[in-house]
Amino acid sequence: MSDLGIDLGPVWLTFLLAFVTTVVLLVLGTPFAWWLAHTKARIKPVIEAITALPLVLPPTVLGFYLLVLMSPNAPLGRFWVDVTGNTLTFSFTGLVVASVIYSLPFTVQPLQAAFEAVGRAPVEAASMLRASPAAAFFRVAAPLAGRGFLTAAVLSFAHTVGEFGVVLMVGGNIPGQTKVISIAIYEHVETLNYAHAHILSAGMLVFSFLILVVVYSLNRRFPIHGR
Amino acid sequence: MAGDLSLTVRVSRRFDGFALDIDQVFPLQGISALFGPSGSGKTTILRIIAGLETATGVVALGERAWLDSDAGVFVRPHLRGAGLVFQDARLFGHLDVAGNLAFGMKAAGASAADWDMVVGALDLDGLLDRAAGALSGGEKQRVALGRALLAKPALLLLDEPLGALDGRRKMEILPYLQRLATEFKVPTLFVSHSVEEVSQLAAHVTLIEAGRVVASGPTDEMLERPDLQSLTGRFEAGSTLQAVVIGHDQAFRLTRLEVAGQQIIMPMLKSLEVGQRVPLRLRARDVALANGPLAGISIRNQLHGVVADIHPEPDTAFAEVVVDLNGARIQSRVTRFALAELGLVEGAPVVVLVKSVAFDRRGLVNR
Repeated sequence: MSDLGIDLGPVWLTFLLAFVTTVVLLVLGTPFAWWLAHTKARIKPVIEAITALPLVLPPTVLGFYLLVLMSPNAPLGRFWVDVTGNTLTFSFTGLVVASVIYSLPFTVQPLQAAFEAVGRAPVEAASMLRASPAAAFFRVAAPLAGRGFLTAAVLSFAHTVGEFGVVLMVGGNIPGQTKVISIAIYEHVETLNYAHAHILSAGMLVFSFLILVVVYSLNRRFPIHGR
Repeated sequence: MAGDLSLTVRVSRRFDGFALDIDQVFPLQGISALFGPSGSGKTTILRIIAGLETATGVVALGERAWLDSDAGVFVRPHLRGAGLVFQDARLFGHLDVAGNLAFGMKAAGASAADWDMVVGALDLDGLLDRAAGALSGGEKQRVALGRALLAKPALLLLDEPLGALDGRRKMEILPYLQRLATEFKVPTLFVSHSVEEVSQLAAHVTLIEAGRVVASGPTDEMLERPDLQSLTGRFEAGSTLQAVVIGHDQAFRLTRLEVAGQQIIMPMLKSLEVGQRVPLRLRARDVALANGPLAGISIRNQLHGVVADIHPEPDTAFAEVVVDLNGARIQSRVTRFALAELGLVEGAPVVVLVKSVAFDRRGLVNR
């Protein structure tokens, strides 16, 4: 309990979840977005549609299927229990997996747009200066797409912080494990503890507003370098 | 550098509605040009040589195969050591000029001495701190050229490096390109659809049309062949004169040059130094002929020569006349009617008239 009489556990847990999720998403989402930006495969629109699904599906639908997939009775859940001894559902790891899927479009779409804006031209130019494909990516494409990375990171982080439905379905309400801010607010309201709900909600409101100000400022200050 | 280095390109590639079939050995002593109209496949050939496009066949620099599809050889672009300078320069927008120049140095093992030489030769000293986006078109191309040279290319590929520039900017870049063969001694293949650029830069030219090689040979020879001029319609008939700069006239803003022992004047080009040899491209249609020297006429350039050759153009009013000026040859396009009235026949003495402004377009226009 803090001085305000608020349990800060959910706050800490929320930001840890958002941080881990964002890191995982940037690592996995970057090559995926690069592929989407440059592929000529016919299946591309289908893959793009699947990537965008978390934007339109009710979080309960996503949460329901994730719960089914991660339950110890399903192959994925079974495998996880065999390897780690713990269940994926109702655990912090399970929340990370769910959050990665839930926030995927917020990483992939800005990155894909940035990579498309950069285009192949600078990468070709780098290859003509003896840069390997990896060197061309890290020394040219990634810096040129810098704003895309910032936008992707900030949006993925913020979106994960604001997650509720999926967490409720997959993680439940375990203090220190899965009880994030949005769940804590829900619980405070359920128990008619409006004072605490107010403090957490106002915090979320201010945080979300600031994040969006940052995003729109970035859009102005760091234009994506085209050709 | 091996004295007889050459580039073998024997490739084919099919696109929608376009086929590329090239079987050509490019000599790389002096700049070699690939010349043809837009859409003839020149850029695609450069990209195949650089490894940015796939094709079936063989690409080899000297003995070293970069592509041999039968043998399953495909050297990846960054390992070829080909330096392609793109038409649009493609400087890296997140780096300043110095950062762009230094980009390929480490991988190429370039030294501080290389840096000094390139920066000096291309006059890049004043630009080093500038952002890539803050440069003019001509400056961008100079930086792109310097960047490519500092990656120590085994073969330099220039894709219309002057194509995106207006006339004045072209004149800024040309002297730098002319130094490629003499100072840097980098084997260079240069793509252009401008006969002026080719005549001023290339020792050897390969003419390409619709994805095929039409002819190939020393530049002077190729540009004077009437059969090729009618073949493409882009080789506007004309001749290239070797001139030496004598001096500048500040008052009238003129440059005086000597051609075959005779003087000519042209609008002043300050970038030319006294004593410098310059090729002058002159379109046949800008050259008029007279029986003798004319007074009371604005045309200052009146050169004495002898009619060497007359090629009447069938079914037209015109004839191409080749005039010999003490060994230098100049082409004129006049009507057959005028020839008849003047009584000009092969071996007749003749005065060649060229307006000074005709030289103004040297290297500046595409047609």
